[in-house]
Amino acid sequence: MPVIKRVVLDVLKPHQPNALEFASAIAGRHDGCLIRITVIEVDEKTESTLLEVQGEDVPYDGIVETIKSLGASVHSIDEVEVSSAGKPQR
Amino acid sequence: MIGRIRFLLQLTHGQRIARRYFVTNGFDGALTMMGLTMGFYTAESAVATPVVISACLGAAVALAVSGLASAYVSESAERARELRELEQAVVGDLQDTAHGQAARTVPVLIATVNGLAPLAIALFIMLPLWLEQAGMALPLSGLESSLVLAFVSLFLLGAFLGTVSGRFWLASALRTLLVALLTAGIIYFVNA
Repeated sequence: MPVIKRVVLDVLKPHQPNALEFASAIAGRHDGCLIRITVIEVDEKTESTLLEVQGEDVPYDGIVETIKSLGASVHSIDEVEVSSAGKPQR
Repeated sequence: MIGRIRFLLQLTHGQRIARRYFVTNGFDGALTMMGLTMGFYTAESAVATPVVISACLGAAVALAVSGLASAYVSESAERARELRELEQAVVGDLQDTAHGQAARTVPVLIATVNGLAPLAIALFIMLPLWLEQAGMALPLSGLESSLVLAFVSLFLLGAFLGTVSGRFWLASALRTLLVALLTAGIIYFVNA
């Protein structure tokens, strides 16, 4: 079964938590993931960001749930890397 | 849990609000207690210590409940309004997110600070009265000692304000002490 190695999401988030706290919160809830956030645009109440998550097996659904719990929303999947040489077939 | 509370306070800038409420309502509590004890001190006839304690305790409880209720009502309304504006900005429901939790929790925390600040300071100022009632010998009378503690409380609140605002703490402390002395002076002349 393919595993997600890297995914880049277009995320709209409120100003709080800031990018550092946002990334730390996601990393804190999902072990083994490297999180990178790039703030693209800032307006009065929100920031448009590109959130990149890398890992051996990125838990996409869990990441999206965490993003939502922090008041942010996923607008689109901009890039994704998937490997078929992942978990063995049962 | 403390980490979670700190996170929720950061989301809503709640620490600043709580600090502001601590000072303003703490000041209210200290000045009210100072006014009450000054009134009893300058009264025509001496008032029994249990009567003074009852009056001060009543005022302290009223200040605490007032602080709690008023802060909860106003902060709940503010946080709800902010949440609605944020929901419009992100075009989504934030009730089940950290922001929704903060909107429900932070008003309770701020109301607690707003209620406990004047109560704690009032009880501190009343300490000599309790000690006097318990038969402990004090260098000054119970009322005089309470007055001293009231002035000290107001001085320390001013010093705290000065430290927080980055100004010279002594100037801020002397300013609040001056307000207290002025209030005491007015009460003294009104009762004379």
